[in-house]
Amino acid sequence: MALPTYADPLERAWHYAYLLICGLIFLFLIAPILVIIPLSFNAEPYFTFTEKMLTFDPEGYSLRWYDALVSVGMQAPDAETGWWADMWRNSTWVRAAKNSLIVGFWATILATVLGTLAALGLSRPEMPYRRVIMAVLISPMIVPIIIIATGLFFFYSNPCSILATSCGKLTSTYTGIVLAHATLGIPFVIITVTATLSGFDQSLIRAAASLGANPRTTFFKVVMPLILPGIISGALFAFVTSFDEVVAVLFIAAPDQQTIPRQMWNGIREQISPAILAVATILVVISIALLASVELLRRRSDRLRGVTGR
Amino acid sequence: MKRLLILTTAFGALALPATADEITVMGWGGAYTASQIEAYHKPFTAATGTTVVSVDSDNPATPIKAQVEANNVTVDVAILEIADAVRLCDEGVIIPIDPASLPAGVDGTAAADDFLPGTLTECMVPTDIFSTIIAYDASKYAEGEGPKTIADFFDTEKFPGKRGIRKSPKVTLEMALMADGVPAGEVYAMLETPEGLDRAFAKLDTIKADAVFWEAGAQPPQLLADGEVVMTMAYNGRIFNAAQQEGKPFDIVWDGQVYEWEGMSIPKGAPNEAAALEFVKFATSSEPAAKAAEFISYGPPRKSSASLVGNIQGTDQPMSPNLPTATENLTNALASSLDFWADRDTELGERYNAWLAAN
Amino acid sequence: MTDATAPLTTTDGRPLKAALAAAGARARRRALFLVLPLLIFVMITFVIPIGQMLHQSFYNPYFSRNAPNVAAWFAGNPVGTEPDEAAYAALAEDFRAMQAAKTAGEAATRVNYTLPETRSLITKTARNAGDLAPPYKEAFLAIDKKWADPAVWQAMRSSSTAYTSDFYLIAADFERAADGTVQKVPDKQRIYVKLFIKTFILSALITVICLLLAFPIAHLLATLPMAKANLLMILVLLPFWTSLLVRTTSWIVLLQQKGVVNETFVALGLVGDGNRLNLIYNQTGTIIVMTHILLPFMVLPLYSVMRVIPPSYARAARSLGATSWTTFRRIYLPQTLPGIGAGALLVFILAVGYYITPALVGGADGQLISNLIDFHMDKSNWSLAAALSALLLVGVLLLYWLYDRLVGIDKLKLG
Repeated sequence: MALPTYADPLERAWHYAYLLICGLIFLFLIAPILVIIPLSFNAEPYFTFTEKMLTFDPEGYSLRWYDALVSVGMQAPDAETGWWADMWRNSTWVRAAKNSLIVGFWATILATVLGTLAALGLSRPEMPYRRVIMAVLISPMIVPIIIIATGLFFFYSNPCSILATSCGKLTSTYTGIVLAHATLGIPFVIITVTATLSGFDQSLIRAAASLGANPRTTFFKVVMPLILPGIISGALFAFVTSFDEVVAVLFIAAPDQQTIPRQMWNGIREQISPAILAVATILVVISIALLASVELLRRRSDRLRGVTGR
Repeated sequence: MKRLLILTTAFGALALPATADEITVMGWGGAYTASQIEAYHKPFTAATGTTVVSVDSDNPATPIKAQVEANNVTVDVAILEIADAVRLCDEGVIIPIDPASLPAGVDGTAAADDFLPGTLTECMVPTDIFSTIIAYDASKYAEGEGPKTIADFFDTEKFPGKRGIRKSPKVTLEMALMADGVPAGEVYAMLETPEGLDRAFAKLDTIKADAVFWEAGAQPPQLLADGEVVMTMAYNGRIFNAAQQEGKPFDIVWDGQVYEWEGMSIPKGAPNEAAALEFVKFATSSEPAAKAAEFISYGPPRKSSASLVGNIQGTDQPMSPNLPTATENLTNALASSLDFWADRDTELGERYNAWLAAN
Repeated sequence: MTDATAPLTTTDGRPLKAALAAAGARARRRALFLVLPLLIFVMITFVIPIGQMLHQSFYNPYFSRNAPNVAAWFAGNPVGTEPDEAAYAALAEDFRAMQAAKTAGEAATRVNYTLPETRSLITKTARNAGDLAPPYKEAFLAIDKKWADPAVWQAMRSSSTAYTSDFYLIAADFERAADGTVQKVPDKQRIYVKLFIKTFILSALITVICLLLAFPIAHLLATLPMAKANLLMILVLLPFWTSLLVRTTSWIVLLQQKGVVNETFVALGLVGDGNRLNLIYNQTGTIIVMTHILLPFMVLPLYSVMRVIPPSYARAARSLGATSWTTFRRIYLPQTLPGIGAGALLVFILAVGYYITPALVGGADGQLISNLIDFHMDKSNWSLAAALSALLLVGVLLLYWLYDRLVGIDKLKLG
């Protein structure tokens, strides 16, 4: 954001102070990440910068936590042949990562689609019982997770009990975890999308309709582009909620359906394994790579379309 | 949506219920479960062909209770602390195991007499004895100058510095009274009186200002390693590992240790009850219990196992002196009382939290 | 010319009022129709299961169903009646049945929730149920003197009905005296009300701090060119999908006595080596770490609202002579209110429910109401955990309602 040419000296000073404040807040946000990365190479099983690390003694550093990450659960971590296939199929953390992604992906889709639809309805001025419905929809965020997890476990043990019949179980299934995580993610989508929609000019919808667009076209061509930041925020929240959720997975998942956070919380009675720092570092690298490539693609498509960024 | 359903049904179908040649054991995770996998799971599979699936939980008692109440039990064997086992047994969540059906010790002693007195209960067969002890950083003190008694933990004049204290009344109150000069044998009788309780809290008041309260068992070794505290309450197994395998200068004060035990229980409605029972009998017999103690310094609950405990895994030093059950470590030790805590855990949990929150 | 008193009609001759009403109803139906799928989904996957859990906060049949005889005696005799031989006889009958069915444990657990130390009394008596013979009162007193204690009888009385308000009383720091009247628990024992208040205050404080920190950076992100904004956005998102446990432990590394922050301050000479700052294992630590964890929940809603605010309004205000401060206060801020509302709502509610982080870094101050809910779930006291959760839910919804009333999240949008 460039300073307007008509800014007076006071405004200039304020502008630079403002940038400095923003810089400090960004530092606050990123500080833990800056600590995690070097510590993930610690040779000791503690979350401490050792003397050797501070003096950059190579002995103070090691890849043991990365090694532990892939080799736990593998059939033959030292084998020459078939190492990759073994890791992909058997490594405990790799399996946990796969589970986390599968569950997170579907839970996010479900929560975002249902949540956005509902938010569209909720922000219409003619929506009846708005407050009550909002209250019901955000309550999964309020009830402590241990209560939700226990309640869901009972329900999933016999989901048809409300119809007074029985029809299999949802426990120990991916469907069960996805549904649980979607439920937890919904309030986030509702709150962010409703907020974005409340700044939305409803007359645009009428304008589109008067120009002959049907409701579907109106949504995809007019509404959606404008509220997209809100939808994306909501979807991110929903994904992160699933990606960091421990308790519901503990109750609902089968032994082979453990997720990354469950794996991280394991054995906290004895020790927090620095392997969690290695996981975090890998995730940081992957997400930087993903975000950077998305950004590069976006710039490329902008260039091709002849748009010069705002 | 349709794709989702197809996908999830496919995944759902993968999650078949455990068949008879597979049992599921729910434990605490980490180094503890690792020791059990080596000492119990692998030998059991080798002997019987039954696969043992290991699941971890922060405390298996909570999911087990939910599973039994919901009539949807997936766990065959749960590793429980004795206090939780007694409670769940009261509530009819776990099934009784007849002591007579357990194998005799290697020396031929009947199981009922082989287990240390009081450890074998109706619903749980003990696997190991763990202890809450005082650990300190020996490098902070001159040779032989370190704390030696539980009273030293509460003496901030003689031993200045912060103390790590567990954020729970269990063990903390007992240690406070022992430090105040109450003999181990009289601690619970005194805690049952209002004056005794007040005395324990008064003793805790003396170090509250110097206390760092910890929640998870993983925290105290970290606190010691970082120099945040000079002494801390801790579980003995983790401190031993830090000293033994990681070369940390940590030492243990065994005086005033409070030991508890944990073991195996079978939830009511376990899918493979018969195989689970076989596993429990196998894992709690003399040799596997001794084997587990070589991996982690928790004591075997059978007298006949004591002499079978070999060297610390991967070294040529004997493990026995590092166990809470070693004679020299038991000179002033207290066994945690089941009945006391089953009766009062809610009440004292509230009071302890009120004490924490008060300024 | 139409008659002025005739109702207005639409072109096809229908009265306008009816046509409008029909259109309104159609619009309402359409709005409801959009919400319906989610509402049904949440009803099934949340409201029903959680309803069943919360039901346990006032329904606990474990004593009443195992002790029907003494329950009948309680029903027939008002509060304060001295237990007579008939009462002891009924109790003996129940004990024999419990001993046979091995249910004394669950009955004892229920009474113990109301009065500590009754669990061992009941299980011990059940073990000796064979010795119970008339005269029953003497037989009971022979097993334990406590059976003459009116408090024990009062505890059994309040456990003798499946539906009970006991757990809500406990959750509000009350108890029943031996004569059945409700009284406050002793000072030393009072914790829940205090923790509720502390939880709400702490959450409000964290919400305010998050808002103060999020507003400038959300504004920066929203006004920068897309390319730069997206790069900076990475800084917000990276910590966001780093596990809670990882972030909590790395804050410990940063904030402890010999941690990165203190070492830096000492090296810079900002604080002396002897008086390093106590930044963790206290309230300060809880606030810093929770603010960090919840900050993205404030930044993103603010950002998505700010991004669509047209810059032309501010320019128009400036061109009409408003100072930059006035422009900000009168033009920009009101347009960001929906984002502030959403962010504050998210952060506040999430803060109320957090307990792992405060437990790990909060030291003595680190207990919040969710910790105790977790504690009671662990100890199988589901009824009390459910009662506390129900109170928490009601409390937060009440605040939400007030907030919606006073601030009107979506009504203030244009100041």
